[in-house]
Amino acid sequence: MDKSLAVRIVTLSRMRAYRVISLWPGTLAVAFLSTLIGGSLVGIMARFGTGDLTAIVTDAYLHSVIGFTLWQATLSTLISVGLALPIARAYARQSHFVGRRALITLMGLPMVMPVIVAVLGIVAVYGHNGVITQLMRTAGFTWSFGIYGLGGILLAHVFFNLPLAVRLLLPAWEQVPGESWRLASTLGMSSTQLFRFIEWPALSAFLPGTLVIVFLLCFTSFAVVLTLGGGPGATTVEVAIYQALRFDFDPGRATLLALIQLALCATIALTMSRWLRSQPLTQGLQEGLRNRPDRKAPLNRAVDVLLITVSALFIGLPIAAVVVAGLEGPLLRVILDSALWSATARSLGIALIATLIASILALGLAMTARRLVLVQRRPGATDLVLLAGSVSLAIPPMVIGTGIFLWALMTGTTEVFTLLLIALINALMVLPYALRSIAPVLIDSGRRHHKLCEQLGLQGWQRFRRIDWPAIRKPTAFAVALGSALSFGDMGVAALFDTSGAITLPVMLYHRMSAYRFDEAAVTALVLVVMSLILFWALDRIVGRWLS
Amino acid sequence: MAFLILDRLTFAMGDWGLCASLQVRRGECAALIGASGAGKSTLLSLIAGFETPDSGAILVDNQDIGSLAPAQRPVTMMFQEHNLFAHLSLYDNIALGCHPGLNLTPADHGTINQALEATQLGDISRRRPAEVSGGERQRAALARCLCQKRPLLLLDEPFANLDPRLRQQMHALVDKLRQTHGLTVIVVSHLPHETARIADRMVFMHEGQITEQGSASITLANPQSQELRDYLQFTPSG
Repeated sequence: MDKSLAVRIVTLSRMRAYRVISLWPGTLAVAFLSTLIGGSLVGIMARFGTGDLTAIVTDAYLHSVIGFTLWQATLSTLISVGLALPIARAYARQSHFVGRRALITLMGLPMVMPVIVAVLGIVAVYGHNGVITQLMRTAGFTWSFGIYGLGGILLAHVFFNLPLAVRLLLPAWEQVPGESWRLASTLGMSSTQLFRFIEWPALSAFLPGTLVIVFLLCFTSFAVVLTLGGGPGATTVEVAIYQALRFDFDPGRATLLALIQLALCATIALTMSRWLRSQPLTQGLQEGLRNRPDRKAPLNRAVDVLLITVSALFIGLPIAAVVVAGLEGPLLRVILDSALWSATARSLGIALIATLIASILALGLAMTARRLVLVQRRPGATDLVLLAGSVSLAIPPMVIGTGIFLWALMTGTTEVFTLLLIALINALMVLPYALRSIAPVLIDSGRRHHKLCEQLGLQGWQRFRRIDWPAIRKPTAFAVALGSALSFGDMGVAALFDTSGAITLPVMLYHRMSAYRFDEAAVTALVLVVMSLILFWALDRIVGRWLS
Repeated sequence: MAFLILDRLTFAMGDWGLCASLQVRRGECAALIGASGAGKSTLLSLIAGFETPDSGAILVDNQDIGSLAPAQRPVTMMFQEHNLFAHLSLYDNIALGCHPGLNLTPADHGTINQALEATQLGDISRRRPAEVSGGERQRAALARCLCQKRPLLLLDEPFANLDPRLRQQMHALVDKLRQTHGLTVIVVSHLPHETARIADRMVFMHEGQITEQGSASITLANPQSQELRDYLQFTPSG
């Protein structure tokens, strides 16, 4: 064989091998996810065995649970996004006023606030003996809002998802070029015409993704439905899994429910995945739109002020109620209780381990996605890798938790191992947030500097330390902070594993609420929310300022 | 004897293909001209190692560099934009040319200072890219290329976004550095008459092929092909 041809063949095969080997970070991340999720699904299927699938068709209880899950999620989504649209528009139109930044930050609070704490605040404001009812009684009205049941579930879901939808929709206005507003001014467009010709086309790119995200969140909602659900008539699939395992101890039913939830979520996520990809996670603080022609009209301004005030009160009142109730409760007694701090330490450990795992997985997936799109030019494979990171949207943590719980039942487990399992499942819950924050910035940085780095020989650790980390430091800090706060306050999987006595802080709060020890629950809630905020703030600062 | 030899280089991307052979002498400055999509930047990417040719060879100083990674090739390249990292000072950006981990020896600092002096950036070297002008940014990128000490300099329209006066100054600087450092230069340009001031040779590309080349002044004054005549008709006459 010709020597130069032999050299070329060897070189080409080395290059092919390098193309495969260079994808190792994402490959390892996908292998890890596959093992964890696959193991969990094997656990479920092994328990289900040759179970009776006809139960799905004939069981009236299952029908009502599935129907209610879909019904409450649909209503919650329509109300949340329907209300978020005019509120986001009001914030976009009034882009310059004192306190705007603080109010938009307030909109972010429900995202990091533990669900169980927010439920306590919502009950304190809108419940039978809540602030609103008392005010109405004082005014002579006898009507009170039925907080337990569908009404309460919808109210709580709107509390969480209206601000999220506002923050997801706000970037739509930021993307409208200034020239469009100036052109609209010269054409003398009315507010309605502005909406029709400028705002709606911009919004239409953001609306489907927002609807899908809110729907999936409401569909897989657990703590809200567990605490505010009113018995069999207001139970979702996730709560039914919990009840089957914890109250009825019926693993067979739990398995069937987990499979139903898996099928429903996977179908929804897969059919709607094209809208999930482009949804950005934004802080929505950019202020522009100075040239918008209708921002100073008195009627528009009055409507905007009303919308912003009412929405701020709707979100702010439950948060304030938690703080007030906590400060009025037996503060010293609860704080001096060592069980509280043991539970806090467990929650903190779970949150930090979950976020660390999620960040490493997100980084591995993002780096491989970048290599696939920039070096190997395989955008389809890139999408697949990024989609792998959002797997918990199609396979909810409660389903994975059920599988692992069934394994744990068979093999037995220690406290430390249980906490590690909860952290692993929480990592899957946090992963989509981390990936959505890190991947776009890392890929964008690569687009700008990949050739330069290649030419300078900036590779591996050196490239990460010098070039990638400074670019992704801030989004990573935000993702780590948000993920830790979410995991710290999450009750779903931790409630499932609430058998060894090693309870987390949110589970402790739930126990106290269930036992009607509301004064202790109020202080526990305050500790939980303060710790969540400290965790969010500290990690955002520590990671955000961690220079190379 | 040619310093750079492109021997029947082919490269395909979808329906589009490139097929080129070229020889450039040591110390020569060759200008690649042609319409957008003609393959000029792709040719530079193949030489720099960002793309892998389907067939053919790239020889620099009689060594086949086709299997080398970009950082191992005796080549340095300046892009139209994103030549600097925004979070690093000009000094650190330039120092990356000496060591990608910025582990610098006293000799490296000496090299950087010489490059700063050659590009007249000494006073502002501690500033970040956003704090200096476009011309100063490109001079910093050029200084880094000098620190890399590679004999072949590829310029992919790095001065396209500068005003005409700055562009002229940058061309003069490149020409001076070429002579003092003995560099061989290939420059891609959409302004052939301006580039002719520093280029020894014009290489015209059309639809992925080199269709005409020769002395810069003669090629521009007497284009042989209809494609080059058409192209020159729509370019500013320096």
